[in-house]
Amino acid sequence: MSPTPVLQLKGIHKIFPSVHALKGVNFSLRAGEIHALLGENGAGKSTLIKVMTGVYQRDDGDILLDGQPIFPKNTGDAQALGVSTVYQEVNLLPNLTVAQNIYLGREPRRFGLINWGKVNRDAQTLLKGYDLDIDVTLPLSSYSIAVQQLIAIARGVDMSAKVLILDEPTASLDTDEVQSLFRIMRDLRARGIGIVFVTHFLDQVYAVCDRITVLRSAQFVGEFETATLSRAELIGHMLGKELAALGEHKPQTNSECGDALLDAQGIGRNATLSPTDIQVCKGEVVGLAGLLGSGRTELCRLVFGVDKKHSGSVTFNGKAVNFNSPRDAITAGMGLCPEDRKHDGILGQLSIRENMILARQIKQGWWKFISRKEQEEIANHYVKELSIATSDIEKPIEQLSGGNQQKVILARWLAANPSLLILDEPTRGIDIGAHAEIIRLIRKLCDQGLALVVASSELEELVAFSSKVIVLRDRQKVAELEDGDINPQRIMQAIASN
Amino acid sequence: MNTFKNQNLRRYLWPCIGLLALLVINAIIAPEFFQIEFKDGRFYGSLIDVLNRAAPVALLAIGMSLVIATAGVDLSVGSIMAIAGAVSAYYITKGVDNLALIIGAGLIAGLIAGIANGFLVGYMSIQPIVATLILMVAGRGIAQLINEGQIVTFDHPGFAFLGTGSFLGLPFPVVLVIITFAIVQLLTRRTALGLYIEAVGANPSASHYMGLNAKAIKMSVYCVAALCAALAGMIAAADIRGSDANNAGLWLELDAILAVVIGGASLMGGRFSIFLAIIGALIIQTLTVTIILSGIPPKFNLLIKASAIILVLLLQSPLFQKQLAQLKFRKSSPTNNTSVNGNNKETKNA
Repeated sequence: MSPTPVLQLKGIHKIFPSVHALKGVNFSLRAGEIHALLGENGAGKSTLIKVMTGVYQRDDGDILLDGQPIFPKNTGDAQALGVSTVYQEVNLLPNLTVAQNIYLGREPRRFGLINWGKVNRDAQTLLKGYDLDIDVTLPLSSYSIAVQQLIAIARGVDMSAKVLILDEPTASLDTDEVQSLFRIMRDLRARGIGIVFVTHFLDQVYAVCDRITVLRSAQFVGEFETATLSRAELIGHMLGKELAALGEHKPQTNSECGDALLDAQGIGRNATLSPTDIQVCKGEVVGLAGLLGSGRTELCRLVFGVDKKHSGSVTFNGKAVNFNSPRDAITAGMGLCPEDRKHDGILGQLSIRENMILARQIKQGWWKFISRKEQEEIANHYVKELSIATSDIEKPIEQLSGGNQQKVILARWLAANPSLLILDEPTRGIDIGAHAEIIRLIRKLCDQGLALVVASSELEELVAFSSKVIVLRDRQKVAELEDGDINPQRIMQAIASN
Repeated sequence: MNTFKNQNLRRYLWPCIGLLALLVINAIIAPEFFQIEFKDGRFYGSLIDVLNRAAPVALLAIGMSLVIATAGVDLSVGSIMAIAGAVSAYYITKGVDNLALIIGAGLIAGLIAGIANGFLVGYMSIQPIVATLILMVAGRGIAQLINEGQIVTFDHPGFAFLGTGSFLGLPFPVVLVIITFAIVQLLTRRTALGLYIEAVGANPSASHYMGLNAKAIKMSVYCVAALCAALAGMIAAADIRGSDANNAGLWLELDAILAVVIGGASLMGGRFSIFLAIIGALIIQTLTVTIILSGIPPKFNLLIKASAIILVLLLQSPLFQKQLAQLKFRKSSPTNNTSVNGNNKETKNA
């Protein structure tokens, strides 16, 4: 066996009142390696990380750091021992300066007072080591999420980290930013730091990881060398079965489409989107492709009336419409699942039932109250229909995993019975199993005659269900691909071409 | 399945246990506390007094619980009480005899105040604590202007009934609380309004995407809060047969917020329960009576009140409940795994 692992977890159990979240999980991280921790949502990844970082205390098993048992009681404890974590949502303070964030709680002092000059100089030097030449006296919030993440990493590593845990760091980064993150990760690996990398992107696992540990339904599946594990095998381990392929492109025949359900001509908004056309027929899926910030989300928001359009005209269901708010769009028969599920989607402390019926209730009006019995029927129906994993429809939605939350939000709009549903990144941050289910669901809805607009950064996904793909770049429409032309290469070309 | 039903039950459990505990203490230190007499067509007794005295705060708490559910707060309700009392007194002293007109004028004054608050918070996006602070300060000034700086007394038996009358044996303020509770409960729980209010409090952005009009919802909760306050203000004025702009409802906004918080609501918005807010108001009033009955010198009143409230809030805190449970756990089985780990950790630190 190769060198003693820097961090080793043996037979970890974690039991919550309602669920046995970890059942004897092992994990072993060497110094100077990037180790992927993979598994579907609900497999126990987050719980395992929280056990490592002291957010939760294990109920059984051992954690060894450099061969010594440790018992972190909270994240501060773990950090002092040398285990640092960077989360997907950067957990720094946006209103403080970059330098203040880096040295928060451990500021260099002179005569008992904080030496701000040194704080700023040190921060500047430290960040240079990460290829970041930025003004450290500006508030953290003036930088992009990608930069903020690097700053969080710099802070974590600077606090004498032996182990760095990156919890889905790439979820909100674009391709270039991911590359520079990888460069930093390889750098840190060379310096002997052990990195735990949690992600949903298998490409990234193969790009940067040395070894892989897979969890499935709270159990340890195995530890693998990346070089010798094929992608199909990996997915097989994660799902416990060979993943039925997402399927080939199935062109939806829309010969019956005479008048489009939605016909938007030249809709645009100053500084967000140049005038763009989009037509959607009944029973059709229109894909929106493009990089982050290309105008996908902006187009969705304009169509749905979240932002007011500055130009163009919209016909919906044969009528000229002018939406001033989402309410108008909903009344007319649209629905929108926003991209940022946590911020714009879920009502965290309300129950699954309440989250599901709300859009329908709002559409009906407050005086036409949906009775408790009917609400329960709706909720139970969709829990079954979308196979949402929950024991109870009265559970607060925030206690569900990301994939199940997304299904609840989908159910919310389906319950409102729209004729056009807009999905902005419906599979972001959810695991492969739920991912495939949501794609199957999109197909099924489309067969039932629902029209969909789906924005996604995953080209395979778009190819799998779209009958038309609109490609956006730099806040304008650059191409519209039809049936035969829809394949990842063509979309890629359209995005890249100048 | 049961855990979540239990969680819901537990929300109701602790405030009710708190109230019961106080009542038991009262029964022990002063057995006459529970004596109720029926005389001249109405009930008399300490228990009835508690209900009667708690009525103004209970009314304020009904409105306040809706405001707090939208992640807001209304500091102006005490001043709105003073305004409504002053307006009613003004019309009575000007010779208006029609009770409906007098009460209507008080309520309209309250409604205008509520619209002002709702406009600042909902449509101008001013932070609720600042927006309502304006009326908290200005409102008392407005009431003083209406009273022309005097304490205005009046004699109007019909209006005085609001404060001192009785209906079905109960003091009329208590009846008004019950009626208000029933109306607001119907409006929020038999229509979707309650859910809308909770949705706006739980996630304003998601509510917007679902087409909820947060502005209108905020406007309406501040209006309800102000109407409740106006009613409470008229009860207070009717009780003393006069309007005292300086002292009517003074600091009662704080009692109302406290009542809502004792009832288990979070100031971050979301879930609300009007019933629990009223229980909160009753706890505050019962505690005052308990202190008086116990014969402790009055100078200790405020401190004891504060301590008891801290206790109630601690009992409701999930963190405290967990720690309490762990304490029991350790005592009962010192050799089990968790405590061994804990001990190791302690030695390591030492």
